[in-house]
Amino acid sequence: MLVGEIKTIKELYGLDLIAPGHRACAGCGALIAVRQILMASKRPLIVVSATSCLEVTSTPYPQTMWKTPWVHLLFENAATAASGIEAALKVLSRKYNRQEHYIIAFGGDGGTFDIGIQALSGALERGHRFIYVCYDNEAYMNTGIQRSGATPLGAATTTSPVGTKIVGKTQQKKDLMEIVVAHRIPYAATASPSHWKDLVNKVRKAQSYDGPSFIHVIAPCTRGWYFDTSETIKVARLAVETRYWPLYEVENGRYRITHPVPNPKPLEEFLKVQRRLSHLLLPENAEILESLKAYVNERWERLQKLSACFA
Amino acid sequence: MSTSEAIAYAVKQANVDVIAAYPITPQTIIVERLSEYVHNGELDAEYIAVESEHSAMSACVAASLTGARVFTSTASQGLALMHEVLYLASSLRCPIVMAIANRALSAPINIHCDHSDMMGSRDAGWVQIFAENGQQAYDRIFQAFKLAEDEDILLPVGVNIDGFFLSHAVEGIATISDSEAATFLPPRKAKYYLDYSMPMTFGAFALPDWYFEIKHQVVEAMDRVPKKLAEIEETYYKMTGRKYDHVGVYKTEDAEVCLVCAGSSAATAKFAITRLREKGIKAGLLSIRLFRPFPVESILLHVKDVKALIVMDRAMSPGAPSAPIAQDIKATLYDAGLNIPVANFVYGLGGRDISAAEFESIIMKIVESLKAGRPIEKGVMYWGLRA
Repeated sequence: MLVGEIKTIKELYGLDLIAPGHRACAGCGALIAVRQILMASKRPLIVVSATSCLEVTSTPYPQTMWKTPWVHLLFENAATAASGIEAALKVLSRKYNRQEHYIIAFGGDGGTFDIGIQALSGALERGHRFIYVCYDNEAYMNTGIQRSGATPLGAATTTSPVGTKIVGKTQQKKDLMEIVVAHRIPYAATASPSHWKDLVNKVRKAQSYDGPSFIHVIAPCTRGWYFDTSETIKVARLAVETRYWPLYEVENGRYRITHPVPNPKPLEEFLKVQRRLSHLLLPENAEILESLKAYVNERWERLQKLSACFA
Repeated sequence: MSTSEAIAYAVKQANVDVIAAYPITPQTIIVERLSEYVHNGELDAEYIAVESEHSAMSACVAASLTGARVFTSTASQGLALMHEVLYLASSLRCPIVMAIANRALSAPINIHCDHSDMMGSRDAGWVQIFAENGQQAYDRIFQAFKLAEDEDILLPVGVNIDGFFLSHAVEGIATISDSEAATFLPPRKAKYYLDYSMPMTFGAFALPDWYFEIKHQVVEAMDRVPKKLAEIEETYYKMTGRKYDHVGVYKTEDAEVCLVCAGSSAATAKFAITRLREKGIKAGLLSIRLFRPFPVESILLHVKDVKALIVMDRAMSPGAPSAPIAQDIKATLYDAGLNIPVANFVYGLGGRDISAAEFESIIMKIVESLKAGRPIEKGVMYWGLRA
């Protein structure tokens, strides 16, 4: 049990770190996740963003959404930027009494799974104290929905369209959590904005460690997944309830499923509400559907076994 | 000590806060020495052993935006890998100082000296200084920090040393004391930085309505560099008696032919010119010590009366009418209304040595052309290239 666990919404900070009026789409899953994380985060805080929808929609010069110090450098180097800030504050506090800060870096799945994975790996290996949050909308949404290493099998994107010959993405999603866990960092967790209490407590737990931590949060995208802007949280919840998005944490190497799903809904429930994946329900795509289901089931079973090991 | 060691020693005396670097030949000795200083407690700094040069510069930019004094060092492919981050350093107005041990670019892979690496990033908004020897490199480190961190400038500064020719050359270096260093270069006092007490947004997204103006501020700061550097040099001169100006000048007063080069070749060329002078040849030398901003006014002070200029470029620009330094020299002359012929030679790529005798030959070739009334060859000539 986490000391100081957040049990009610009243225990969160208000929306003091971001201003209204940002330019994200209505129903943007990323912004909802970011908001929840900021409401949980301890202060003083510095936020880093990779080039992403988050950066573009939050800082159209000369306006900014951020009421906390914020920096964006490039697409692939958010983790490195966090490293630089952390190291600078460490030495400046030692030499000139500068105040230490909490640091959270946000990157999308493109900036984390693909182009930014080297920078992330380097920062995790070096052990800087910061949280890296990958908000995962499972494609390059900022450039207009292209497939990424995070895109699930069969999903339609503009670079993995449903063609007459090839149906959507032909590869499974990369298991980023396992890559991160292999760095033996103190804390890594998945999260969903549909399960806010689980999410905010993971933020608090991550910040309790003197080292790098990682939070992988699902960020349903109304434009790229094709669902109504009012459905974001519902879609995120379906991802959890179908075991598509297992909520778990790896704390000092110990796996734990934080939200057991004893009676999962059929994966079809998650697929049918979004046009990027609903074609998998057509009879001609049954094989792809089976393969995706196998991926989801195997991952869940593996996580269950790992959790049991450390129970 | 070697130039690399002299640079590391200066960086230590400059009391830097953060070093983020990645090893690459021939700059590695600089970061090795700095690592030793940090690990032995001789320098209170954070050394971030990053996993690439891209991350080296990224971490430097972030640390600089946090208010730290920041140093890094690289060469060749490392500088090329940093390329996109270099623009952030200048546009986000980060006073980072970087030593560049100039080295050729692949392919073929080659670890030796030429200036292709820095020329590839010459438009990234960095002040670029060339050192001719270890002493200059040592002194320029202090001046570079002073210049970079000046509120009127706030630009990153590259201190270029020729790979191996300088990086590994050992010479006696006159050093300043730690207290002199501390007086000349007190701790950085950043005005704007990442801190919760004054939340600011760095690296915002700017559209066509603002992008141009923001970028132009780098040009405005760059324009202020020559005067500011001269002031800084004056202060440094009073302390050390050493001063280098924007260009190095040798026997230009009555010169009929003036050779222009940058880096360690200046010493070799100087030796050649001394010998030619003994033979009565009126040759002179201009060494480009400040390359960005290009020292237009300083150059014009010395070339008005020459009959021809010889511009030696240690980098090529395939398909261009001139190699990089010659492009700038020609633009300088054109704007001043001077129609002086310019002979442009590309030389020494991939570390190929150039001797004093060769410099003599190059100068004599032009002198004889002038004497015979032959026109100076236009375009780019490739000195020492085997047929």
